[in-house]
Amino acid sequence: MKKLSKAYLAIMMIFLYAPIFVLIVFSFNTTKSHSVMSGFTFDWYVKLFHNELIMHSLLNTFIVATAASVLSTVLGTAAAVGINNMKKLPKTLTLQGTNIPIVNPEIVTGVSLMLLFVFFSARMHFEFGFVTLIIAHITIDVPYVILNIMPRFRQMDPNLYEAAQDLGCGPAKAFFKAVLPQIMPGVLSGFLMSFTISLDDFVVSYFTSGATSQTLPITIYSMTRRKISPEINALSTIIFLAVVVVLVSKNIIERRAAVKGGIKG
Amino acid sequence: MKKLISAPYLLWMAVFIIVPLLMVAYFAFTGSEGGFTLDNLAAVSQYTNVFIRSIWLAAIATVICLIISYPLALILARMDKSYQSTVLMIVMLPMWMNFLLGTYAWMTILGNNGLINMFLGQLHIEPFKMLNTPGAVVLGMVYNYLPYMILPLYTVIAKIDTSIVEAAQDLGCNGSKVLWRVIVPLSVPGIMSGITMVFVPAISTFIISRMLGGGSNLLIGDLIEMQFLGNSYNPNLGAAISLVLMVIILLIMTILNQFDNDEGRVLI
Amino acid sequence: MKRILISLLACSTLFLYGCSHVADEEQEAIEEQTFTVADKAYYEQLKGQNVSINVYNWGDYIPDGSDERTLDLNKEFTSLTGIKVNYSTYATNEELYAKLKGGGSTYDIIIPSDYMISRMIKENMLEPIDMEMIPNFKYIMESFRDPEYDPGSKFTVPYTWGTVVLIYDNTALDENEVSWETLWDPKLAGNILMFDNPRDAFAVAEELLGYDLNTEDPEELRKAAELLKEQKKYVQAYVMDEIFDKMGAGEAIIAPYYAGDALILKNEYDHISYVMPDTGTNRFVDAVCIPKGSKNKTAAEIYINFLCEPDVALAISEYIGYSTPNIEAYDMLDDEIKENDILYPDEDYLEKKTVIYRNLSDDANLLMQTLWTDMKSSEEQTPNRFIVPAFMALCVIASLTILIRRYIKKKKDIF
Repeated sequence: MKKLSKAYLAIMMIFLYAPIFVLIVFSFNTTKSHSVMSGFTFDWYVKLFHNELIMHSLLNTFIVATAASVLSTVLGTAAAVGINNMKKLPKTLTLQGTNIPIVNPEIVTGVSLMLLFVFFSARMHFEFGFVTLIIAHITIDVPYVILNIMPRFRQMDPNLYEAAQDLGCGPAKAFFKAVLPQIMPGVLSGFLMSFTISLDDFVVSYFTSGATSQTLPITIYSMTRRKISPEINALSTIIFLAVVVVLVSKNIIERRAAVKGGIKG
Repeated sequence: MKKLISAPYLLWMAVFIIVPLLMVAYFAFTGSEGGFTLDNLAAVSQYTNVFIRSIWLAAIATVICLIISYPLALILARMDKSYQSTVLMIVMLPMWMNFLLGTYAWMTILGNNGLINMFLGQLHIEPFKMLNTPGAVVLGMVYNYLPYMILPLYTVIAKIDTSIVEAAQDLGCNGSKVLWRVIVPLSVPGIMSGITMVFVPAISTFIISRMLGGGSNLLIGDLIEMQFLGNSYNPNLGAAISLVLMVIILLIMTILNQFDNDEGRVLI
Repeated sequence: MKRILISLLACSTLFLYGCSHVADEEQEAIEEQTFTVADKAYYEQLKGQNVSINVYNWGDYIPDGSDERTLDLNKEFTSLTGIKVNYSTYATNEELYAKLKGGGSTYDIIIPSDYMISRMIKENMLEPIDMEMIPNFKYIMESFRDPEYDPGSKFTVPYTWGTVVLIYDNTALDENEVSWETLWDPKLAGNILMFDNPRDAFAVAEELLGYDLNTEDPEELRKAAELLKEQKKYVQAYVMDEIFDKMGAGEAIIAPYYAGDALILKNEYDHISYVMPDTGTNRFVDAVCIPKGSKNKTAAEIYINFLCEPDVALAISEYIGYSTPNIEAYDMLDDEIKENDILYPDEDYLEKKTVIYRNLSDDANLLMQTLWTDMKSSEEQTPNRFIVPAFMALCVIASLTILIRRYIKKKKDIF
């Protein structure tokens, strides 16, 4: 039984990692072929770093992801606090509304936002670009922030806020001193989640970006529709390394925190 | 004051979630010259076969995901706690790569002169066509959406109290009976959220079918994209197709919700 | 673990650094594309004003410096004029049209083909170009001035031209076997690539049926669509520029595509040949236009003029392989290219065998578009029509049983 499950795990790993492995291997190929290895080179990496289009869209991606995740965290935290204090009916309604972007197919969200932006851009003379893209990203990010924060309220003493006010804090101070620290883990994970969603998003960006705000996934897509250059493989390798580094360090940090927490508790 | 704090979000939700959906509905019911019409919705019925194909391929992909994820989730949940999280991380890691890259990789693997056929050639087996078939599209869906099935399943199974399993064993259940009578029923909420999380993106995808299906296995997503930014510009028809897609998904979700034991969704 | 990672990273950066040096040295050895402009002052008129333009072009349609010896034209343009270029790409004329019509983004430069240009002119989507600003228009060949798609050359400056040819794998097919009909050859099923845009695909079918490539007759369009539907079961994939990789890697045997790309492919791979169908084909002109809503019309005109510089036009023609309408650039080409029958076919062939697309009437356009979507969405094999209804029914039945079971359980609980 043990052996069987190990074998199964191994097969799954092969299935999950084979494509990535192939991408990485052929990023070092001297020719453009992706089935025959003819030599070893770092040329594609050099070209990648000199490819302004890719570098520029990488920068755009980070700008959009940072702006969208920061704004959606602020908006979502405020919203979660408000929703938590709502009566049952409005609460259910709001949560249902919040669920829409999660449940709806991404393409419908993208198309609907595009229709909205087109409608207003014709009347208010703005064009598609960072603003539309960031708005679209916030719209798909906020629900995840709210969903990450809401459970934290259930674990929190509902009287904490009043208690802080009784002890002489203003409403703002009471929120920042008493409530926020309690829900902080939710806020943080909401922020991280929306950041990664924004980094990775293709479908919604495809419909809402403009001429000057191409993000990396859009550039990758247009690269796959042209003569394919192994730069795309080189890019995959680098993204893969970045993901590994981030996830491994996240794991290490979490472990350390768990060990510390274990000692404290 | 405490109620007002969510006002910005409510406004946001109204403007950027509700209004856009109303605009989709508005476009679906107006002609290209303006004015109310049912023509667009009527035209959607021409593409019934696209809907059928999308639902069919997405359903196959979802079932395959479920079948291969369940044992994996079981293995993960039963693993030694000390390296459970590490293995889970390794399983989830490919999800963090952009799906376009994985799909592109499969393109190079499945081709007529791709790696698999090269390998078969070494063994003197005739190459066979894998790329540009419905099968390749299903494979792309399974590869890209598998983690969305594994995660909820794992979360639910890991939460199952081991004492319940032990109790069942004490009462004389053997391994397979424990699995079918105890673990599977308890993991129904996970199965349901897994199915939703795989089925919804799979049915509406528009890149996977283009890259792996050769453009002849058109899916609903491709059809919508074609009407807005593709080769046959007709936003009204596109909006009508989107509307129908939304209704189909709503219907399927309601059906799936029926199976859910009122325990609520597990992790989205 | 961490240390290993860090040292790995350090190693790889070192390697990269080393490689980039090697690349630099190699670059000097190979003959480079260069360019000079006659009137520097003209190009510097907007310098220092922090102007930028949005250029929307076909994929792989301008030298981008990806080969060591080619120029990166957009970069050169920026350093010459101080105007920043935001460059993005599309794959078909119809995509470009959709993006302009409903996309909400504004562009300053687009490069559509003839028939799409007339459509855009008709729909008032283009900005007239101030020809005073394009002194280099004098280099455009006489035969490309005052074209049918843009009478009086008010809106466009020709960029490149070419014909549609058949590209094939010479290890699998003989030259005399290749004609439009080959694209319907059941023996090649699964090895045929086809245009992924309605106009070019319909033209192939119309060519085979002997219709005018500009037919607006609904009956003829329907017949052509039928033929395309019939072809579908033999087609491996509907593609545009993906053709480079698919043909290059030997994934497919035959494909119709544009002459310039055929030449590039042939030069790159030994197993690729092309043939000009002797029954006739389409001839196209791609021209630079400024769409309505352009924010920097002057900068866009400077860009157009830049593209018409003989050296620049030469670099473009050499890199993308398409034929140039620029007389000076043509004169500078190698004789081998000038005499190339596919890039610069003789007048007689052009006159007798090629047809330039005209914009169709709105009705014909709409019909073609609908027929195209129908064709693309049609089923290869007749599927089992009961699959989905059965699937849905199963879901409903299952949910009903669960509901009933729950109801019974609840009742039991009460008692």
